[in-house]
Amino acid sequence: MTSADMAQKQSAQPQSARSGVLGLISYLRRHVPFSVGLGIFWLAAMVLVACFADSLRPYGITAMDLTNRLASPGNAAHWLGTDELGRDVLSRLIQSIRVSLVIAFGATILSAVFGTALGFAAAKFRGAVEHLVLVLADFQAALPFLIMSLAVLAFFGSSMLLLVCLMGFYGWERYARIARGLAISASAQGYAAAVVQLGATPTRVYLRHILPNVASTLIVSMTLTFPEIILMESGLSFLGLGVQPPETSLGNMVGFGREYLTRAPWTMLAPALVIMLTTLSISLVGDWLRDTLDPTVR
Amino acid sequence: MIRFVLTRLLRAVMTIFAVVTFAFVVLRMSGDPAQVMLGPDVPQDAVDAFRKAWGLDQPLWVQYLAYIKSIFSGDFGVSMRDKVSALQLVLERIPATLQLTLPALLLKLLIGIPAGVYAALHRQSFADRGVILLAIFGFTIPSFVMGLLLVLIFSVILGVLPSGGQDTWMHSILPTITMSIGGIGILARFSRSAMIEVMGQPYIRTASAKGLKWSDVVWGHALPNAAVPIVTIVGFMVGSLIAGAVVVESIFSWPGIGRLLVVSVTNRDLAVVQCILLMIAATMVISNLVVDLLYGWLDPRLRAQTAH
Repeated sequence: MTSADMAQKQSAQPQSARSGVLGLISYLRRHVPFSVGLGIFWLAAMVLVACFADSLRPYGITAMDLTNRLASPGNAAHWLGTDELGRDVLSRLIQSIRVSLVIAFGATILSAVFGTALGFAAAKFRGAVEHLVLVLADFQAALPFLIMSLAVLAFFGSSMLLLVCLMGFYGWERYARIARGLAISASAQGYAAAVVQLGATPTRVYLRHILPNVASTLIVSMTLTFPEIILMESGLSFLGLGVQPPETSLGNMVGFGREYLTRAPWTMLAPALVIMLTTLSISLVGDWLRDTLDPTVR
Repeated sequence: MIRFVLTRLLRAVMTIFAVVTFAFVVLRMSGDPAQVMLGPDVPQDAVDAFRKAWGLDQPLWVQYLAYIKSIFSGDFGVSMRDKVSALQLVLERIPATLQLTLPALLLKLLIGIPAGVYAALHRQSFADRGVILLAIFGFTIPSFVMGLLLVLIFSVILGVLPSGGQDTWMHSILPTITMSIGGIGILARFSRSAMIEVMGQPYIRTASAKGLKWSDVVWGHALPNAAVPIVTIVGFMVGSLIAGAVVVESIFSWPGIGRLLVVSVTNRDLAVVQCILLMIAATMVISNLVVDLLYGWLDPRLRAQTAH
């Protein structure tokens, strides 16, 4: 290979990368509807805000500026104004986005793992275990989740750990039902039987072979659960029973902003808008993902 | 048919039992009732006397049976805060909750279903897109945000409607609208997709090919077949009427069951919470049961499947 060849190759590489990026963009423009694109953009922005909340926050969330209470938005010191204690609304909003997203993310993972494990257990053992799981799923579906959470919070009192664990039960019955159904049909297929014949342990069969094959459906239902958990947590926090002050979350901010609706509507409007845009985006992107990824749903 | 009804009844009873057990387990896990009631600095013999008086010295399964017995004889305990029967406290609040939830349910049905059906029959039209868009907004905006936005617009800015309380019929307008908007969106979306699916079926083509009037095709052939998924959603809505009232009643300081639940949770008034919990579960289970039985009546195929 001559040096000229090398030079040509080197110059060719960035170009192909660039055309790859351009190709990706034009591919996305052809295949992703505009509203879904906006949704993805908004969600990416939210995730970035949640990750870099500490460096994005102009003030501490409890820092009070008592000379500047209920300042209206648009001034240089406080872009989104301040609340009744002179705390910067933008800073609290950024922190709230982080708290709400972290709770929703953690809870989604918990409920997916828990539900899938129970569903797989039902598919593996059948019989009494399967009946037990299905009765528990019926029970969960029969009791509105908000009411169940209120009862649990009444009995145990509210704490961050309890809240995440509680939210982690949200929607587990859907994963359990889906995972059970998929695992039963998957274990009837050749590949599962083959690895069982090769002497693989049940754990290996389920985790290494069946799980990857049914993952796409489970991931799609995670996109359904995620916004619902955000709404559930903000609802509880709005009622004053979720995230407790001085920590803040989106619902919590709306709940406290409600007291100053007449004098300072921005303390309520800013988090309300974030909640609306986020759940709207997730619902748009989720619908689109479901239509493109999941062959079982038309 | 009898077997179908019986299996459904059995499942409903089992679910109620599961909820009762859940309440019992959570109640016992939340701490020793004797310690909770008497406080930490009470002599041991007083604690023992309290345990004996309330049957807490018995084995757990004896306590459980006694608990089940008292629940089914209508004894839900006494509210720790108001010292009156928890059941009575809850029953007093029911009319106020119904005053909001029933009109809201009516609005959901009368607006949601026709909007969805209209959108399905005029696909890709301006009205269809409008219905989809409004439906998405309707169910992605949480009720507490929607309620506060309505208060902001109609009470604070325009000053035409009251923002809270229960004095005149004007007071129930905003809560009823808040409560119904999400449901209208969900029903519109479901009715639309159910109708679209039915309209693509061969029997609809046959019905219109043999020269039936278009309205007869829609009302006589399409709607009854689209009814099964719609009934599911409506049943779920009826069951969760009280649950949906929790947030809305809190926003508008409406003295119903939902508000009572939130206040009782904040005060940890366990007897009242438990009573409301069981009542909500019972409405949910009963409406699910009715929906299941309606299925069997609406769609004979389902009846045949589940009987075997």
